[in-house]
Amino acid sequence: MKIVTAVVKPFKLEDVQSVLEGLGVHGMTVGEVRGFGRQRGHTEVYRGAEYEVDLVPKVRIEVIADDPDAERIAGAIVEAARTGKIGDGKVWVTAVESVYRVRTGEAGPDAL
Amino acid sequence: MRIDAANTAWVLVSAALVMFMTPGLAFFYGGMVRAKNVLAMLAQNFFSLGLVSILWVALCFSLVFGGTGGLLGNLDLAWMRGLDTALPGYTGAAALTIPAPVFMSYQMMFAVITPALITGAVADRIRFSAWVWFLGLWLVFVYSPVARWVFSPEGWLFRRGALDFAGGTVVHINAGIAALAAVLVLGRRRGWPERAMPPHSLPLTLIGTGILWFGWFGFNAGSALGAGELAGRAFLNTHLAAAAALIGWLAVERLRTGHATTLGAASGAVAGLVAITPCAGFVGGMAPVYIGLIAGAVCYFAVSLKFRFGFDDALDVIGVHLVGGLVGSLLLGFFADQTVNAAARDGVFLGGGWGLFGEQVLAVAVTVVWSFVLTYAICRILDVALPGGIRASEDDEETGLDLSQHSEVAYAGDRA
Repeated sequence: MKIVTAVVKPFKLEDVQSVLEGLGVHGMTVGEVRGFGRQRGHTEVYRGAEYEVDLVPKVRIEVIADDPDAERIAGAIVEAARTGKIGDGKVWVTAVESVYRVRTGEAGPDAL
Repeated sequence: MRIDAANTAWVLVSAALVMFMTPGLAFFYGGMVRAKNVLAMLAQNFFSLGLVSILWVALCFSLVFGGTGGLLGNLDLAWMRGLDTALPGYTGAAALTIPAPVFMSYQMMFAVITPALITGAVADRIRFSAWVWFLGLWLVFVYSPVARWVFSPEGWLFRRGALDFAGGTVVHINAGIAALAAVLVLGRRRGWPERAMPPHSLPLTLIGTGILWFGWFGFNAGSALGAGELAGRAFLNTHLAAAAALIGWLAVERLRTGHATTLGAASGAVAGLVAITPCAGFVGGMAPVYIGLIAGAVCYFAVSLKFRFGFDDALDVIGVHLVGGLVGSLLLGFFADQTVNAAARDGVFLGGGWGLFGEQVLAVAVTVVWSFVLTYAICRILDVALPGGIRASEDDEETGLDLSQHSEVAYAGDRA
């Protein structure tokens, strides 16, 4: 099994979610996070004084998937989240050793 | 004493309008501080409604409006006594046509908001207990004498002919220079100016600005102490100055930084309201527009002075209230128009010569010196006398005043 982790622009969340539902993904976890990459931050101005904001808001999406599905899901997120402008984010795939469903105690792919 | 019902009704409404300005100020400032200090800001402002109101009827109203002394009133009106007779100095053409308790209530709201203005400078680091002591001492030793000199017909600056329609000198210059003295004793916030301390909620600040603008009609038009032509003129002048200053601030800001900001619009409007305060019932024609435009542009530059000179006036009380008050009080020496108000004398532009301007400079200078020296002394004495001094500990400041001073947090998300 794999976990697909994506950090994308917040307003792209709905697009990503609907694409993943179309692929038959049953669940995902989303968090509001802050960070920077090549985009760095932005500048805010209050009463003429400029403030550099280094960390910009992003959403972090996590999806656990069976091995054959993981790369397809990662690719779909890349397509759905892309604007072509700097700051679109990253997607990566990591191995997962085991998974359990809390309610039933099922393990492995059955728990997905 | 002839009581006029219409005048009384308008001043009663005006008193309520001015009362509403203190919560407005609390939100104006509260939005500009960081989320961990917003309740402390609201608490300090609301506490002024508590303590100052009681001190006012017990003592300070009498110090300002009792007796005939030029420097300070007496105790004739203290503890709510003597309110059934005419107030000293209000005779002849200046006779009050409203009951003394109505006048007392109206003036009370000015006393409440004036020290509250200082909370914007000392934000994020003053201990609440220090604020409580400061508030009481400042009202007695700074506000009361200055209000006596300028507002009371028996006051020495009033008698010399200095003009202050609604509190450019007594309220804004007084609080603005006190803010400078207070931050010099208190010191900079930890991390300022290297660490960014941006506003946590500009929508809150804009709500506060709206309430202030609304309440200011009571502040200025109410100062006519009647419901006639003069009140109408002051009302219109107040609005026009706010409008012009909003445009003035945004124009300069747009040229210098490339953007017109929401906070700039709010700041400009308040700067215009401050500047028109001394002038509201003494100028006519397009004067309020000129005064507003000048105030908006000048105050935009004034708020950057703190970076040049290194004093941490957190929310620009000096840049907006001291400088805006100076702009209005001094420009009044040029724009004052006797045809608008027979109690005025003509300024430089109306052919009245430099006499009035000279009186304005004197009133401003005396207020600046008195308020700065006394406020500095009060802060130094409190810093020594109070266990823990006037400033929050490093831990308490980093934690935030909401939790450290009041055991509360403003937003549930901060509890996690």
